Amino acid sequence: MKKIEILGMGCPNCKRLEENVRKAASELGLEAEISKVADIKKIMEYGVMATPAIVVDGEVKASGRIPDVAEIKRWLS
Amino acid sequence: MGVLEDFAGWVVFSVLGMGQGDMLAESLNFFIYDTIKVMLLLAFMTFLVGIIRTFVTPVRVRKWLGGRKEGVGNALAALLGVPTPFCSCSAVPLFIGFVEAGVPLGVTFSFLISAPLVNEIALALLFGLFGWEVALLYAGTGLLIAVFAGILIGRMGLEKEVEGFVYELKAGKINEKKFTWAERIEFAKSQMFDITRRVGPFIILGVGVGALIHGFVPVGFLADIAGKDNPLAVPIAVLIGVPLYSNAAGTIPIVQALMAKGMAMGTALALMMSITALSLPEMIILRKVLKPKLIAIFAGILAVSFVIVGLLFNALVG
Repeated sequence: MKKIEILGMGCPNCKRLEENVRKAASELGLEAEISKVADIKKIMEYGVMATPAIVVDGEVKASGRIPDVAEIKRWLS
Repeated sequence: MGVLEDFAGWVVFSVLGMGQGDMLAESLNFFIYDTIKVMLLLAFMTFLVGIIRTFVTPVRVRKWLGGRKEGVGNALAALLGVPTPFCSCSAVPLFIGFVEAGVPLGVTFSFLISAPLVNEIALALLFGLFGWEVALLYAGTGLLIAVFAGILIGRMGLEKEVEGFVYELKAGKINEKKFTWAERIEFAKSQMFDITRRVGPFIILGVGVGALIHGFVPVGFLADIAGKDNPLAVPIAVLIGVPLYSNAAGTIPIVQALMAKGMAMGTALALMMSITALSLPEMIILRKVLKPKLIAIFAGILAVSFVIVGLLFNALVG
């Protein structure tokens, strides 16, 4: 199972990223563990300085932007 | 922009058959022309800045600014703040990342001020609605404020007004991938579509309200209360701007219409700067890393700078 983390301190952009992630996962029929990380210490541990950011299985895939559904699908499949 | 003017006129007077000189027709004419012009400029600017963004990433900016001295560091930080993507929710990780890399506090603030104040969306709107002179004036004064406010905060020795945990955090290493040119263009395109789609509705709304003001509010209506002879107008404009943070895209077109009805240039500049740079949510989120005293100093210096800019321009150009 893929582990997806959405890094951000709860701004509208983080919510939009989360929507895209959920859409990507459901379009792929993928079971994924999606969690939101709002703790600044954890965000910094990933070295991320621009939120929202997306982490798939411990690897930062994008930060400071909202990747679209198609791009997220590429990381998940 | 002649083609656009002809197009808007053609829609209103030929397709819709409205009469010349009719107030509603004039408003509609304004609306169509301004919306198309601003949206085109916005698409162009966001694409251009999107390309720049693939070169100027936060990780690189942090490296470039680490250990910089006062002056050069502040100027560089202010300039790099222009193309950097900025959302108030990024302020905290960015701040911590900068401090950790040894970017001086004053230099960090120059960046934190310029990033929201001088941004591509505001510049596209200013360019489209006010012309390049005002856009440049806004960008130039914005950068100067970022540089001087940063130097001032740096000199005040406020390092202990930053929450202690900030100095203890260790940021992880992030490996930024290298972009190919095809990816840079792809990224810029996605930025362009994303931002224009998100900001577009507010621009249409703002230009719409502006067009109504253009058409129905008498010329000179605001000359007494918001003209250059009322010195109180500038600080009031700065105060009004604080709660309007959410939407530079929607408010700048309205400010333009207000100017046409007698609001002075400096007052309008101060209002727009306050709208883009002084935002309540950003202050609240910065509270996580800054003690209240530093937040108050930060907001206070900005507010005073905007008032000075407003009064100065009113005195010089009116």
